[in-house]
Amino acid sequence: MKLLIFFSLIPLFTAFLIVLLGRLRNQAVLLVTAMSVYLMKIVNASGVVIYKISGWSIPLGVCLVADGLTVFMLCIVNLVALLVIIYSCQYMRGFTDKWKFYSLFMLMLAGMNGIIISGDLFNLYIFLEVASIAAYALVAFGIEPEDLEASFKYAIMGAIASVFILLGIALLYSYTSTLNMADIALIVSGNPGSVLVSFVSVLFLAGFGLKAALVPFHAWLPDAHSSAPSPVSAMLSGVFVKTLGLYALSRVFFNLFSISSGKVFFALMFFGVLSMVVGALLAMAQTDIKRMLAYSTISQVGYIAFAFGVGTPLAIAGGLFHILNHAASKSLLFLNAGAIEHATGTRDINKLGGLNQKIPLVGFTSLFGSMSISGVPPFGGFWSKLMIITAAVQAGHIVFSIVAILVSVLTLVYYLKFQSFVFFGKLRSGMKEDLKSLHFGMKFSMVVLAVICLLTGMVFLPQLKLALDSAVNALLVGNGYGAAVIIQ
Amino acid sequence: MSLYFLCLILFCIGLYCVLRKRNIIKIIVGVGIIEYAVNLLLILIGYRQNGRAPISANDQEILNMVDPLPQAMVLTTIVIGLAVMVILVALALRIYEKHGTFDITKIRRLKG
Repeated sequence: MKLLIFFSLIPLFTAFLIVLLGRLRNQAVLLVTAMSVYLMKIVNASGVVIYKISGWSIPLGVCLVADGLTVFMLCIVNLVALLVIIYSCQYMRGFTDKWKFYSLFMLMLAGMNGIIISGDLFNLYIFLEVASIAAYALVAFGIEPEDLEASFKYAIMGAIASVFILLGIALLYSYTSTLNMADIALIVSGNPGSVLVSFVSVLFLAGFGLKAALVPFHAWLPDAHSSAPSPVSAMLSGVFVKTLGLYALSRVFFNLFSISSGKVFFALMFFGVLSMVVGALLAMAQTDIKRMLAYSTISQVGYIAFAFGVGTPLAIAGGLFHILNHAASKSLLFLNAGAIEHATGTRDINKLGGLNQKIPLVGFTSLFGSMSISGVPPFGGFWSKLMIITAAVQAGHIVFSIVAILVSVLTLVYYLKFQSFVFFGKLRSGMKEDLKSLHFGMKFSMVVLAVICLLTGMVFLPQLKLALDSAVNALLVGNGYGAAVIIQ
Repeated sequence: MSLYFLCLILFCIGLYCVLRKRNIIKIIVGVGIIEYAVNLLLILIGYRQNGRAPISANDQEILNMVDPLPQAMVLTTIVIGLAVMVILVALALRIYEKHGTFDITKIRRLKG
């Protein structure tokens, strides 16, 4: 399947072309992301598709692998990227040097697509660094003092995380003498119970956990996500954290090391629950909309990590489904926050109020996003949380499930607070007339994301079920991943 | 074996530098030291006792060669490290323009 490589090649070349064709950037960028969304149609959802770069046979050369999980993640990332690009065509008008923004954005997209399709551990690291470096620069894009501080903090912690991941890869290479993920899976499953593999999994847990902002390593996330321009925050919170952190973590733990239970998963579960609680409690106290949303991201990522830690088929399905729901609703909410800031010039919830009278569209769509993320029945978030909690109860983790339910209630509380302070109540006197109008592109992206939030609520939609099932199977085969790739 | 320990010590020095130093430039140097320590480890993993470069020629038979793959990886990680370093230094310069100091205890507008 030659088309697979285009997922990272197209954005990578566009990133350089934008520098040359500065003026045509909007059209070029739109075309490119639309193309990557179109490409997803071609990648078959069933079976494992492999592309060998330059035709080298598998343990020798670099290969790209597309199984169910890859297709699932590619769909989410590229769809959110397309909508965010449509939004930012008009949102970014107020900034200077817009071509740099688009160039960096495309680099970030290339990195994320690369991580997802890579079948080689060192290539995964390279794409991870490409995406991270683009993200450091994008966080500092506004060059206000706060942006620079947040970006510096993020860059230092991100660099340490990358070093831990590289250290893990180096030790794994010394043990298996190969970098191909399929080959590693076979060799590791041939020698179970090695101390080195446990040590490497701890290194990966620290490295990818820092990228995913699990709680002991979360300090960079609220600063970085609230300082970045809103479209970038939507990408970072919606898909970036999940691709770099949770996708890579689950791929390594389930497919490479095929750990089915044990201390590593308990650690994942523990950090997940800790993130849920700490993220939700800190989100309650925030008055800045974007900081609140950023802490909420920590809390929701905790749910996903908890689901992977439980590790039963239903829990994994719930975790992956929550990735989809959270990507849709959190990008939507950050785009709403951007629209509010664009219209009123402030993000402080104490200075806002009654915006439903002025910008009802933002009010409606953010209601959809808030309800989906806090798990109110017709929306997708309810089903994914239900799946995660049911699976946890079935697996016998009663205490953790009760905590998960309580955190879900807390989530509803702070989202209702956000809704009532910002959209309901009396309009503030200063905001009677001079609200800036929203452009068509911004409205379009928000409406589409709100519709996705509603559509994912129909869990029994056959396409959704098929995609989810093949993604879960890709993780559940464990080191069967290795055999499936090597055969071809 | 002692080489590996020296490598570990280098890593720890870098980590100490990042965690304990207050000056932004020193923190950046610490990140650089950590990266070099890991690069050194990669090279050591590929090294064989009395090994030679794996260059094939007609009249030569190579019996004991070093593993070339980690060396290729190190080249890549050096380039990536350079990119990270450039970003960090650029940020440090901008921070100095805005805040007028390199001391991180005085640059605390965000709560974390």
